[in-house]
Amino acid sequence: MNTSQEIDAYARDIKKDIRNAVYDGCKKTSEKRYSVLASDFKDADALREMAGKIKQHTLEHLDDYLQKAEANLQKNGAHVHWAMTGEKANEIIADIMRQHNCKRMVKAKSMVSEETHLVSYLEKQGFECVETDLGEFIVQIDGDHPSHIVKPIVHKNRRDIAKSFEREGLGDYNDDPTTITRRARVYLRNKYIEADVGLTGANFVSAESGRIVLITNEGNARFCMAANRVHIAIVGIEKLVPRDRDLAIFLNLLARSGTGQQLTVYTQFIGGPKASSQPSGPEHTHVIFVDNRRSEVLASECKEILRCIRCGACLNVCPVYRQTSGHAYRSIYPGPVGAVLSPLLAGEKFPELSDLPKASSLCGACNEVCPVNIPIPDLLLRLRDKAKREGAKKGMKGTPPMGLWATLASQPGMWQAGLAAGHTMNYIPTEMIPHPAAQAWQASRKLPKFQGGEFRKWFKNRN
Amino acid sequence: MSLLHTPKNRPATKSVQLMTTCLCDAFFADVARATVEILEYLGVDIELPDGQTCCGQPAFNGGDWNASRKVVRHVIKTFKGSKPVVIPSGSCAAMIYHGAPLAFEKETDLPAVNALAGRSWELVDYIVNGLGVKQWEGTFKAKIAFHSSCHLRGSESSKAIRQLLNSINGIEIVPLDEAEQCCGFGGTFSVSFPNVSTSMGTLKVEKLLENHPDYIVSADMGCVLHLGGIIDKSNNNTPRLHVAQVLRDALKNAGKLKK
Ligand code: SF4
Repeated sequence: MNTSQEIDAYARDIKKDIRNAVYDGCKKTSEKRYSVLASDFKDADALREMAGKIKQHTLEHLDDYLQKAEANLQKNGAHVHWAMTGEKANEIIADIMRQHNCKRMVKAKSMVSEETHLVSYLEKQGFECVETDLGEFIVQIDGDHPSHIVKPIVHKNRRDIAKSFEREGLGDYNDDPTTITRRARVYLRNKYIEADVGLTGANFVSAESGRIVLITNEGNARFCMAANRVHIAIVGIEKLVPRDRDLAIFLNLLARSGTGQQLTVYTQFIGGPKASSQPSGPEHTHVIFVDNRRSEVLASECKEILRCIRCGACLNVCPVYRQTSGHAYRSIYPGPVGAVLSPLLAGEKFPELSDLPKASSLCGACNEVCPVNIPIPDLLLRLRDKAKREGAKKGMKGTPPMGLWATLASQPGMWQAGLAAGHTMNYIPTEMIPHPAAQAWQASRKLPKFQGGEFRKWFKNRN
Repeated sequence: MSLLHTPKNRPATKSVQLMTTCLCDAFFADVARATVEILEYLGVDIELPDGQTCCGQPAFNGGDWNASRKVVRHVIKTFKGSKPVVIPSGSCAAMIYHGAPLAFEKETDLPAVNALAGRSWELVDYIVNGLGVKQWEGTFKAKIAFHSSCHLRGSESSKAIRQLLNSINGIEIVPLDEAEQCCGFGGTFSVSFPNVSTSMGTLKVEKLLENHPDYIVSADMGCVLHLGGIIDKSNNNTPRLHVAQVLRDALKNAGKLKK
């Protein structure tokens, strides 16, 4: 069907097997999420609300908590760096590598490093940089982009992956998942040993103790750190929680929401570089707090989006994401969270992504599953209003203009005349109505018979 | 709990204003009629403000909040007084008690918007939680697939509707896969994202028809407009009903209302 919206066109043209892979993966994970939460907690919604409040509180006092976190990280022996922009964060990382004479980086999954395009930056600087999360590794060898924030290759099937492995010389074609995993493991083991710096993100940082919390299922973040002299953690400034004890609620919610697991296989609490009594571990720990427009978001009318703990539940449940896949969103963060966050992080390029908030029926399923209870539909609506106010055309494409309708709807006489006149609609096929909205509707849907004013007549004349 | 916070302490007197909704006004006269019939059966006195038009939702969702506020201001003018405002649509009700206050956050007439929000009810919420009717009399011998519309999420209505439907003699509610998934309507979304919207709707129709219900039932004519539009283009002709029509027909079938 004709459409003026890019995301809609993407969904129309997407290959069937990709769409099915995305749809099935999302549905399965959503169902697991639902059943594990329902079986483990009497009132999971109360937990979500509480977690949302803790995060909101943290955001409202972010300056204090960042100072506290910095002090405690330093007390633990870590170096703390601040980067206002993504470029700055990349530069800091390259500098740290030079300072410690490092050439090769192994890297765990980090969404903020996707934002800063760290890998391509480091490669241009002559460093080697290997993604060690299996999904991200496959994305890297394919020169592709993640299409989901938790499952970066939800859009690929095992045959695609087997072909990529064959091409990269990782063995003959074999699409057995266990074989694929084993081959990646063998390859990556060597990379861990050859590398001299390990980079991770952080799922949380406790302001109270300076503990960095990392969760993975593959244990790759642990390897990235343990086998190297230098550990760098790149962290969005919104990743803080006030106290260690707050982690209880977030760790209880994060894996359940994201993958339907009670806990991920590995949960690490990192208290800084290795102590002299410890046999191994990094000698140097660097933490880079990245703003990259987060403080602008914090000052905006959509600040609640910074509560996000990147679980991916809103993507999995989203009927639009299920139809489009992540690449349709043309940004690092897809799905409901991305439709809010990406246009905001785009700064002055907001107009280019102003269609993202429109890619939603506002069904609210995202809000219902969000472990930090972000009112995503409200935020999408605020961004739609912003796009309209600022004249961002991309967002308005295909939406019928509302001025005339608003005038009609605020003048009862005209409205009732319209109701009466509308009956002519019953005599012309919808195909003939020369209005783009009517055309878009009738291509796949019928309109019922027009009955304008009939109820009012009945109401007046009964008895 | 989630996106909707049904206002607390709303008035629940038996004298109400009825907001017909523009969809019932234009396309679904019998739904409005059924609403009147069941409310009157319960002894409720109904005022139908003549100047009413639409709740302002299309522009609100479309992103034109200026246009939306213009319409909401008209709604406030039309629905004067302190009677409960009863609305046979989850989404129009949510527009009044959730959407409008959002669109007026920075406006000086926010108090008037909040006042209207504080006396607005989705129909079945009003019947069950306002009037305290916990069971429905009557008979409706049919298998129904109930589509719980998205605007009922987090509100009291979803529970209330199930409770009433389940209490009707003879009714069977069929189980539904992916019940939480949207029908794909979304107002202007249905025409600005026609491909995604249609895929969502087609999938919903598939799920709703999976167990061969006699009727598809919903509390939102927006969803019904969309689902019906898709069903009518196909070879299927499963009829759709608003909850109010089921409640009314149940009374009629049991001889409690004139046929
Ligand atoms: S917005 Fe909520 S549901 Fe979506 S990824 Fe973030 S925390 Fe998870």
